[in-house]
Amino acid sequence: MKDRILDTDMSIEAHNLTKKFGDFIAVDSISLQVPRGEIFGFLGANGAGKTTAMRMLTGLLRPTSGSAFVAGYNIATDSEQVKRNIGYMSQKFSLYQDLKVWENIEYYGGLYGMSLRQIKEVTDLMMHKLDMDQERNTLVSQLPLGWKQKLSFSIAIMHRPRIVFLDEPTGGVDPITRRQFWNMIYETAREGITIFVTTHYMDEAEYCGRVAIMVDGRIEALGKTSELKTQFGASSMDEVFYMLARGAKRNE
Amino acid sequence: MTMANNTRFNQLKAFVIKEIHHILRDRKTLLVLFGIPVVQIVLFGFALSNEVKNNRLLICDQAHDVHSAMLITRLDASKYFDVVGYVSNPDEGTDRLRSGSAHMVVVIPSGFSADLRHSHETSVQLLTDGTNPNLAATIQLYVQSIVNDFRNQIFGKPDIPYEIEVSPRMLYNPQLKGSYTFVPGVMAMVLMIICTLMTSVSIVREKELGNMEMLLVSPMNAMTAIFSKAIPYLLLSLMLVTVILILSVTMLDVPIRGSILLLYLVSLVFIITSLSFGLAISTATNSQQVAMLISLMGLMLPTLMFGGFMFPIENMPIPLQVLSNVVPAKWFYYSINDIMIKGLGFGAVYHRVLLLAAYAAVFLAISYRNFKIRLS
Amino acid sequence: MISVSDISKSFGKKGEIKALSHINMEVREGELFGLLGPDGAGKTTLFRIVTTLMLPDSGLVTVGGYNAVKDFKILRSKLGYMPGRFSLYQDLTVAENLTFYASIFNTTIEANYHLIRDIYVQLEPFKARRAGALSGGMKQKLALCCALIHKPEVLVLDEPTTGVDAVSRKEFWQMLRRLKDEGITILVSTPYMDEASMCDRLALIQQGLILDQGTPDGLVSGFPDRLLSLATPDIYRAKAIVEKIDGVDDAYIFGESLHIKTAALNEKAIAAALAAHGVAAGEVRSILPSIEDVFLAKMHDVS
Repeated sequence: MKDRILDTDMSIEAHNLTKKFGDFIAVDSISLQVPRGEIFGFLGANGAGKTTAMRMLTGLLRPTSGSAFVAGYNIATDSEQVKRNIGYMSQKFSLYQDLKVWENIEYYGGLYGMSLRQIKEVTDLMMHKLDMDQERNTLVSQLPLGWKQKLSFSIAIMHRPRIVFLDEPTGGVDPITRRQFWNMIYETAREGITIFVTTHYMDEAEYCGRVAIMVDGRIEALGKTSELKTQFGASSMDEVFYMLARGAKRNE
Repeated sequence: MTMANNTRFNQLKAFVIKEIHHILRDRKTLLVLFGIPVVQIVLFGFALSNEVKNNRLLICDQAHDVHSAMLITRLDASKYFDVVGYVSNPDEGTDRLRSGSAHMVVVIPSGFSADLRHSHETSVQLLTDGTNPNLAATIQLYVQSIVNDFRNQIFGKPDIPYEIEVSPRMLYNPQLKGSYTFVPGVMAMVLMIICTLMTSVSIVREKELGNMEMLLVSPMNAMTAIFSKAIPYLLLSLMLVTVILILSVTMLDVPIRGSILLLYLVSLVFIITSLSFGLAISTATNSQQVAMLISLMGLMLPTLMFGGFMFPIENMPIPLQVLSNVVPAKWFYYSINDIMIKGLGFGAVYHRVLLLAAYAAVFLAISYRNFKIRLS
Repeated sequence: MISVSDISKSFGKKGEIKALSHINMEVREGELFGLLGPDGAGKTTLFRIVTTLMLPDSGLVTVGGYNAVKDFKILRSKLGYMPGRFSLYQDLTVAENLTFYASIFNTTIEANYHLIRDIYVQLEPFKARRAGALSGGMKQKLALCCALIHKPEVLVLDEPTTGVDAVSRKEFWQMLRRLKDEGITILVSTPYMDEASMCDRLALIQQGLILDQGTPDGLVSGFPDRLLSLATPDIYRAKAIVEKIDGVDDAYIFGESLHIKTAALNEKAIAAALAAHGVAAGEVRSILPSIEDVFLAKMHDVS
């Protein structure tokens, strides 16, 4: 098997990806393709295997069987390259509260191997775009929640990754911030960065181009939200999800 | 009224049971709690039984008379000592101590016999290598008892005013206490960990997890809740006191000369003092880390420093000596020492017990004042 | 049943952090009332004042006619409260947790079993399991049982569904509906806009201010503008064009479609404007606004 696929229009390609922990099959032979620039929603109840699947795709866990290419690199043999080409943000992972805004940016930029000059350029651009020029020297702990979320998303893509993984990014933020946040996501996708977002909030699913729904380690549905709603005869993604996940045997 | 008392009792019971579950399920902590005193005492006992036999003794016999010869024979005959040589003056003995070739020098002054006969009073000086204080203290006690036997044999019953005063002078650590001081020290430490540290942390944990909000909105008086939280720790403490005492008596041959009842009474008062300190901490803080830090820095450290069982207070500079009076563990330690080792009665310790009780009252008053029936 | 009038509360040394300003809210007897707002809006503070855990700076709260400040002792026996961070005792089993709370509230599991039966049967297979080993949904159910065990007249739940998956959330709301049918007045907070439809009435809260309150339908019908939806393959271009049209207040991408908020224009005007720019637009149709849209509109009004 070749280690690098040339067709880089596919940001993520997974074939029968499986992860077992002992007898427990956390992820059961999932396959999916995410083209460049797509906003792909990854849904599932707690314990459905979302986190495990995402850990494999981000090169943190080796699959038991199956294969996957992320940004063109094999996640099993080339996880370092995978990590270099992705960004990651979650509600739980957050910025250092006791560092200033610019210190956080410099730190994460350094982590991704950017030079100080590059970091400075990106910082100027980012601060301007986020309308945060006045806040460079503010401690992150003093920013409103919405600003923190937007800032951490900007930091997750500051090294221009091919794909950015978002793990429940907008829980608990106010509607204005959420809409601004999703505008940022759309802009980022338009620039060609692929968005892979997990959530268990269905209204968030409606924002995605395509979604996959995981139940008990398998992908039970995959497609555009409009298609899935038609397929399941439901009026909202919430209903689709409920119909699928209700039958789940696993519970964390 | 009985109805109200009944519900209060049920609430109390439920709380105590719950707390016991918490304690019993946290196996690791429990293991550490019982492990500390057991390991310390076992190790110490082991060290004692191995080292204390066949200690090398130097004799500096300045008397050369019949009684000094008798005493030397007697010392040499003991399984604890080997007379390894003679020196002509104490300074020579000191040098040998320093080189490590002997553990102790027994200096018998000139005119030993004559003094005994005429003035009915004489003294034997012991020079000890104090670098191993426990060993030094032990062999010093042995020599003392051999000398006492010797005196009794020659002069009959001890109430006769013939006296050989044994004047031990410990080199390098002159203020050394007897080895038994170890046991009250371990007790003070362990009680402090359980009563202050564990209690305060476990109450603050309820705050952190949001359970305190639930308790506050319940009809249960939250102050009752906090007190019932203290009960299991009190029981646990008394159990540990018992374990420590049993181990000390069986493994270390530490005597309990005074009243056991009094011993428990003093321990109980000290436990209550420590618990009330734990309560005071828990009412003043909202995070487990802070509670732990205050317990450690505010109590454990001073207890170790000034409790009197690790570093002799008499050796400290005056300001520190004065400061040591503030540490409750010091008074507990002295009381236990007096009861266990010296066999003194309540009359000798009551003032310290009262002081401990006063501490408890102050801490409880602080807790009561700080305790909020609402969230801040 | 719960009456909140002109409640204000500030924090900080000089009261510089305003948590609540002049809150007015009315929860009727037997109602399932939702308090909807993002993190930091003041939901928890308001609930703590209602449950007698915190004193307001000014204003009056009564629950069932009792003053939340003066009569806190009486109220505490009538209230059931599930704090937001509430996580039970992780090292106690399901049964032990429940027994404990029953005793604290001077009752037994048996006495009010009918109230919790529906919920507790799902937990019963895990009776001997420690609470720490339960799933998020199960934990919430157990916590609800604990808050219910003394048959409170009013149940106050602070963000019970946060961090719980969609299926468990749905079940949780169904449970609340059933409890409401038992005659319990329920006040519940949530940051999730999509849960609004589960409430009889709700209040929208943001930055310590009540933006609006009423039934879900009432709030939606109060939406001042028209909301249009447009499907197009070239969504980014369409958005750029629509935003520039006079009379369009806001345009945002919603999955595969573009949503347009406008007071002045209708479907035809939008379709025409797009056609003029050569964008192949599918059908433009009028859609019902969501609670989120209402919330957004109200936020704009306030700021």
